[in-house]
Amino acid sequence: MNGDWSRAARSREGRVARGMIAGGGRIVSRKKIIELLEAVIEPGDRVCIEGNNQKQADFLSKSLAATDPAKVRELHLVQSVLALPSHVDLIERGQVARIDFSFSGPQAGRLAKLVEGGRIQIGAIHTYLELFGRYFIDLTPQVALIAAQMADAEGNLYTGPNTEDTPAIVEATAFKNGLVIAQVNQIVDKLPRVDIPAGWVNFVVQAPTPHYVEPLFTRDPAQISEIQVLMAMMAIKGIYAEYGITRLNHGIGFDTAAIELLLPTYAAELGLRGKICTHWALNPHPTLIPAIEAGFVKSVHCFGSEVGMEPYVAARPDIFFVGADGSMRSNRAFSQTAGHYACDLFIGSTLQIDLAGNSSTATKGRIAGFGGAPNMGADARGRRHASPAWLKAGSEDARNTGMPRGRKLVVQTVETFREHMEPAFVERLDAWEVGESAGMALPPVMIYGDDVSHIITEEGIANLLLCRTAEEREQAIRGVAGYTQVGLARDRRAVENLRDRGIVRRPEDLGINPRLATRDLLAARSIKDLVRASGGLYDPPKRFRNW
Amino acid sequence: MESLTFEYRGGVPIESPRIPVIAGVVGSGNLEILLEAEGPADHCTIVVVTAAAGFGAIWQAVMDDFVARHKPGGVRLSINDVGATPAVVSLRLEQAWDAFQGGSA
Repeated sequence: MNGDWSRAARSREGRVARGMIAGGGRIVSRKKIIELLEAVIEPGDRVCIEGNNQKQADFLSKSLAATDPAKVRELHLVQSVLALPSHVDLIERGQVARIDFSFSGPQAGRLAKLVEGGRIQIGAIHTYLELFGRYFIDLTPQVALIAAQMADAEGNLYTGPNTEDTPAIVEATAFKNGLVIAQVNQIVDKLPRVDIPAGWVNFVVQAPTPHYVEPLFTRDPAQISEIQVLMAMMAIKGIYAEYGITRLNHGIGFDTAAIELLLPTYAAELGLRGKICTHWALNPHPTLIPAIEAGFVKSVHCFGSEVGMEPYVAARPDIFFVGADGSMRSNRAFSQTAGHYACDLFIGSTLQIDLAGNSSTATKGRIAGFGGAPNMGADARGRRHASPAWLKAGSEDARNTGMPRGRKLVVQTVETFREHMEPAFVERLDAWEVGESAGMALPPVMIYGDDVSHIITEEGIANLLLCRTAEEREQAIRGVAGYTQVGLARDRRAVENLRDRGIVRRPEDLGINPRLATRDLLAARSIKDLVRASGGLYDPPKRFRNW
Repeated sequence: MESLTFEYRGGVPIESPRIPVIAGVVGSGNLEILLEAEGPADHCTIVVVTAAAGFGAIWQAVMDDFVARHKPGGVRLSINDVGATPAVVSLRLEQAWDAFQGGSA
């Protein structure tokens, strides 16, 4: 051994010293940001540009994509999303050698082309928790470019309601000899609270415009269909009530928004207030406002915030996690952990489901990634604490023989045909082809069939836990697949047999009259109704205001 | 535009007289159904005009199920479809049938 254990620490000292010269100090003028980045980033560095599907370090990202490719090169990007045009610009400029990420959303098409053209190597596509995990194992960033709302002169940061991924990124980077550079909207004398201490931050720059935030979780109730109302009724009566689901996570979409809006009406009429949906891992969905106001909800922990919900959330500190300063604190890593281990149910929609119940949102020509859904939509095999819902699901699970154990409920809710008559049920997922064309080790499956407990469609609920064989499972899925090719090819007698055993349940089997599934059941029928329900506290983004 | 006609026999004659009913609206992703007493007592005629061509087999399956469920006789359904999914079609059919029977749609 050579006895030198501090090479990385000295490298950081060198970078900081170069940065102080290039940036003119700890608080860097925005005009010097490109010089700073060129001074501190070394070829081959692992770099994290903070951003998720909500807030984005957009100024730093744009600045990085404006650096000299001769100086800033061979980067290994390790970050939650590749969602901004500047992320992909950086790749197109030839400054990136490799990427490890979770989600690419709006850039999915451009990314697929770059991969097919051999312009970029993908290490792996992760879930958020996997990537955060690897930050602490083998993908620790050497440089993290993060976003905060405010900084003080010392470099303490206030990340406020949109704290999101910042703590996980900074913790890994700052304590393993990495460099943390923050863009902030404002530099103030005194912060409302300190979310990231100055000692973990090396440089701060005030961005010319506030960091971008996407109102990703806002769903206009006006667009919820009667079919979604029907499926929400089935979810509430056929699953939430039967298993007594109190701790849960909802995926994003109109299907789950419909459930949220039926809690104060339909679920309340069924006498379920206080019995279901009390504790949540969920972003501040505007469509949850009526349920909160009706006293349905006891607690909500958030991955991130939601544009326009800040004043409402701040006024409901009994429900949300709010700091002493009065604003919410979100934390994606903790909320993902909560969603995986502390919730009894996940429900979400998808684009395609195959005959084994595997589901995917991957479609041809797009590499969209996973985000957080696979961690929410998976049985937590490491879970040990019991709850009535978890035990009931476990007792139904035909695979649980011998040693008794519980089971998370993972529910997929889909209309059998999407828009333009695209079938939600297919013999073979597009994911196979996407995986092959992108050279991935595995088809990009969002939720594996053996994790799915129930599938809800307008035709009914299939309980996959109770299926004893792969054939039963296939017929149960066909039995709710409606008029898709998959549904039409069902063995009618087998499906009726499954229905007798309660594996396939129609609305009438649940005591639900589809004719009563009208939009009148929604506790709010428009964004304006949500504003009203919030007592005027919810301040929706302009694009959702149509009055 | 595509026009489809489905003819069924062996229905149970409706108790007459019945007032024609309309369910749904003509709008994107939706459809309008006019249900009226007409034709021979055990016949059911369904005429579909749809904006989405090429889904005749699915319409057939949806209508077969509806007719098997309710055995309508002496009934004519006229459907104006603007790209409704089978889920919406089935729901509207049930609503129309319910209203036709004098129930609440």
